[in-house]
Amino acid sequence: MIERNLTDLARALATKRISSVELTRLYLDRISRHNPQLNAFITVDPAASLAQARAADERLARGDGGPLTGIPLAHKDIFCAKDWLTTCGSKMLSNFVSPYDATVIARFKAAGAVLLGKTNMDEFAMGSSNETSFYGAVRNPWQPECVPGGSSGGSAAAVAARLAPAATGTDTGGSIRQPAALCGLTGMKPTYGVVSRYGMIAFASSLDQAGPLGRSAADCAILLNAMAGFDERDSTSLDRPTEDYSRAINTASGARPLAGLKIGLPAEFFGDGCHPEVMKQVDAALAEYRSLGADTVAIRLPNMSLSVAAYYVIAPAEASSNLARFDGVRYGHRASDYRDLDDMYCKTRAQGFGAEVKRRILIGTYVLSHGYYDAYYLQAQRIRRLIANDFVEAFRQCDVIAGPTSPSTAFRLGEKAADPVQMYLSDIYTIAVNLAGLPGISIPCGLAGELPVGLQLIGNYFDEARLLDVAHRYQQASDWHLKSPTGFGECSAT
Amino acid sequence: MSLTPEQVHRVAHLARIELSEAEAHDTLCHLNEIFALIETMQAVDTQGVEPMAHAQDVAQRLRPDRVSETDQLEQRTTFQAVAPETEAGLYLVPKVIE
Repeated sequence: MIERNLTDLARALATKRISSVELTRLYLDRISRHNPQLNAFITVDPAASLAQARAADERLARGDGGPLTGIPLAHKDIFCAKDWLTTCGSKMLSNFVSPYDATVIARFKAAGAVLLGKTNMDEFAMGSSNETSFYGAVRNPWQPECVPGGSSGGSAAAVAARLAPAATGTDTGGSIRQPAALCGLTGMKPTYGVVSRYGMIAFASSLDQAGPLGRSAADCAILLNAMAGFDERDSTSLDRPTEDYSRAINTASGARPLAGLKIGLPAEFFGDGCHPEVMKQVDAALAEYRSLGADTVAIRLPNMSLSVAAYYVIAPAEASSNLARFDGVRYGHRASDYRDLDDMYCKTRAQGFGAEVKRRILIGTYVLSHGYYDAYYLQAQRIRRLIANDFVEAFRQCDVIAGPTSPSTAFRLGEKAADPVQMYLSDIYTIAVNLAGLPGISIPCGLAGELPVGLQLIGNYFDEARLLDVAHRYQQASDWHLKSPTGFGECSAT
Repeated sequence: MSLTPEQVHRVAHLARIELSEAEAHDTLCHLNEIFALIETMQAVDTQGVEPMAHAQDVAQRLRPDRVSETDQLEQRTTFQAVAPETEAGLYLVPKVIE
């Protein structure tokens, strides 16, 4: 059962081969067995999950189930879920039981999905390894001495170890795509504004976007169908007609399903800086794409190299403003001893935030402070424009852009933890996509040693359905997305 | 560019984060490395480039000014249940005005 895709699970539920309660129990049992080793979940609440599962079974019995009714899903602990502890990986929110549902959570509830648990993450989504979590590092199921990537590391580890059929993540600079790559999963960051950010704890509001993490593009399309849609509670939510993100995937295809598709290969993604073993797998995937009918064309993204610098001005600037709300007054941690109001703020924030979060708040405060705004923040916004323009130009020559998701496979725990700049550079291929606001997806395209390699595909604005289809056609012709790490039971029999 | 310890303390104060001397020292080293990375931006001529604040070029949506939540008292109780300290529907903080 744990190797099945979401369509098969929905069919098994609809035909009563298994009930939602049984399926939920199966995953809860797997979590209790394997989570102590992986630390992928921060909160599991079997009673709450099983109550949802029973309700889903009743709904299925009435015959009004949908594609996700009764399916247990894990959610990144950045999404507020009513009556669930919602920590965002921080001590600051270690006592925060959310009084309301994020729109993403509400939409999955309405679809009848079961909330299986809240997954571990880098504190306030600031990190690329899941090592900044107050709740401890997450281990990569493929190699426990390695990181799962971040910041959606718990979600990625949970799905890779099949402790959940699929999960949600959020992506500000690569936080869905990079862990997807490092854990051998498919993960998509949609176009900015497609998924509501209401109730999703804000890191950098002009970049944050939620998306699905699953085992295939087809599964991600089903999840995105539930997640996407206009929400008047998010001022940046885009009011667009509803789309079926599975529509291209569900069309029949011939031997050369991608005939006519132009895949742009940016010189900047294929130069030095990427591990040769990663590049070898990416090249092999591109050869497969050519055999599926696609043409590859050389393109340039000349300002790509500036994306990390611009990002580390813009994201911390927005974070310093967003995280000002954590003051120990209305919710979350409050220091126990203080002299006055100002001292209460200073001590609460000193105790509640971890080192990386503090660093980013300080960077953000500095670049926004008097006398530095033009040199840093405004300059970063101008470079952001240049980067976005590069993509506009590139999409005149191609339909999708391809390259590695991450310059290396999963690195070892502790390897980059003491060196923030090295950690930041691990997102070199993903950050520009957030700055431009484009959709991007990472799909498994091979193993280097025993660790997964991810291929990143970037689409034009609102081209999610095509991007998912381009990923899906590769997954029909290959089986990298079906590979699982060993040691987590029930690998082949069912 | 290199930050001074005084600048780090000043920024920490603006951000309302207490920093010990030891933390300030570590922070200074890391921030200087990060700013070395950020400085690469300064070599780029961006004259005449319109700053991009947002990924989508859309205007702020307007909505009618109407009451959307009708159960304010219940909501207040719910939301204050997770507050560190409240009394009679108010959030308590240390005395500000003597």
